[in-house]
Amino acid sequence: MSAQPAPVDGRPAIVRIRDLVKDYRRGAEVVRVLDGLSLDIAQGDFVALMGPSGSGKSTLLNLIGGLDRPTSGSLEVEGLRIDQLTEGSLTRWRADHVGFIFQMYNLLPVLTAERNVELPLLLTNLGREQRQRRVDAALKLVGLEHRAKHRPRELSGGQEQRVGIARAIVTDPTLLLCDEPTGDLDRKSGDEVLTLLEALNDEYGKTIIMVTHDPHAAERAHRVIHLDKGLLSEDRR
Amino acid sequence: MIAVARYLPLLAASLRRKRLRTFFTVASILVAFLLFGLAESMRFALQSGVEVAGADRLMTMHKVSFTQLLPASYESRIKAIDGVVAVTPQTWFGGWFQDERNQIPTFPSKPEAYLRIYPEIRLPEDQKQAWIADRTGILIGRSIADLFGWKVGDTVPLRSAIWPREDGSETWDVTVRAIFDLPNGGDTRQIVMHQDYFDEGKQYTKGLIGWYVIKVADVDRAQAIGRQIDAMFANSPAETKTSSERAMAQSFVNQIGNIGAILSAIVAAVFFTMLLVTANTMAQSVRERTNEIGVLKTLGFSNPGVLGMVLGESVLVTVIGGTVGMLLAVWIGVQFEPVLKQYLPGFRVPPSAFVEATLYMLALGVVAGAAPAWQAMRLRIVEALRRD
Repeated sequence: MSAQPAPVDGRPAIVRIRDLVKDYRRGAEVVRVLDGLSLDIAQGDFVALMGPSGSGKSTLLNLIGGLDRPTSGSLEVEGLRIDQLTEGSLTRWRADHVGFIFQMYNLLPVLTAERNVELPLLLTNLGREQRQRRVDAALKLVGLEHRAKHRPRELSGGQEQRVGIARAIVTDPTLLLCDEPTGDLDRKSGDEVLTLLEALNDEYGKTIIMVTHDPHAAERAHRVIHLDKGLLSEDRR
Repeated sequence: MIAVARYLPLLAASLRRKRLRTFFTVASILVAFLLFGLAESMRFALQSGVEVAGADRLMTMHKVSFTQLLPASYESRIKAIDGVVAVTPQTWFGGWFQDERNQIPTFPSKPEAYLRIYPEIRLPEDQKQAWIADRTGILIGRSIADLFGWKVGDTVPLRSAIWPREDGSETWDVTVRAIFDLPNGGDTRQIVMHQDYFDEGKQYTKGLIGWYVIKVADVDRAQAIGRQIDAMFANSPAETKTSSERAMAQSFVNQIGNIGAILSAIVAAVFFTMLLVTANTMAQSVRERTNEIGVLKTLGFSNPGVLGMVLGESVLVTVIGGTVGMLLAVWIGVQFEPVLKQYLPGFRVPPSAFVEATLYMLALGVVAGAAPAWQAMRLRIVEALRRD
């Protein structure tokens, strides 16, 4: 059932996962979501994680992003064992190296688009003007510089997601983690978001790991990994 | 400080989320601090009389009550005690002008002794001499002159409901001879008239006075002199009780000071209620933002950072409400000063109240925000992101 980790085309692996186990406790019952998974992801790759509900794809994404901790196994990102970091170090590492894109965009409704994009920069030592320059650049990259002063409710779903992408890339992270980024969008807006992700991968060399149910979205990735019952069931390019 | 400042727009934006709820919470806190400011102003006004009371001044009154009179003959016996510098009799005249509501603290006294006893009184030398020389002359405080527009040389019909004249009339015609000021803006709401004029003119109780004010040479001997005076008149028909002017003023304040205590109790109750209201608002606000807190943590906001943000938000609410409330109390003090100065001179928010209020604002904010902030800090990202 379990497949061997795919080759990484001579490129260095940015993510190295070995024997990863994640258990959740549901009342008295222990549910194993990831069952000894091993996997390498190459730097600059665009990977789609697919699988049925409960297969462990979102859990895997959360673990790679340092949002949760594995029960056992090792998880290395850019040569750093993030499963061994303290809570504070993991938080700082996340802020410096990972950009998250959510299905429901998760923008703060009380802030304008530019202030939403600025949020991760508040944790840096950048001054106000430097932050604004970076925000402007990120919004320009996603084609929303003219909507900077708008609040999320004044934007369409596709625009909200593009603001979400701008927020994810504003700190220039190496790794972009996307949890169903087109799951709440119509086909046209979804395509625009996928095109943007492709551009970030091709032109800016961002490593992208995207959880999706949508085969159409998965087609845009360079590598598609299927999970089933917490194990790798298929890995193709 | 710069690091905190960069989060302020985020905190302010959080408060704008539910504008009406924030408004009502801030308004409740505003009212609490307004009440606090007014209560402190009243306490300050009551206490200011005690602050200016001299430690080297004694007051001798009837042992039973200050409404009981003492013989005028005690004056010379008190004056003969070693260490006594000056003595003047005084009586509560119960004076008013034009309208009985215009009550003016008026005291018949002996002018020269009075001025020796109260050296802090400032008045021009020519006016002083004119007042001493004119038996119907009165010395008035600056605030009385300003209130009624009286000038030196004006003859005014002062009335007393307590002391009718020999002919049965209530009106005492007196002439303004001097106007006094006090250093540091002390209470100048007072009239001093000649004891001789008063004693000769009143219809009854001639030869009796209200109490004595005594100045002693050595403050350290004041208590001993007080005991000596009381011992001198022990077992007489009019026994005395002597205490320092400050103690006397304090006991007077204590009697009416219960109002201050009641106000303090009300303010404490209001503060406690505000604590619950603010804590509830913050708890609600954090509950509604569980998902957002998860997002912030995902972006790299640390657990202590999230704790600080929720506490900061809570403190911001109490500081805004509290500051506006205190400023409103100051404004009320200024606006109502012309009316209040007749009854409560010195009614204003003392500087110490601002320090206290600032501490209360911070404490209220921290205590009210503690539980929700702790909850937000402990929130696990994965669980928070699952909730909408």
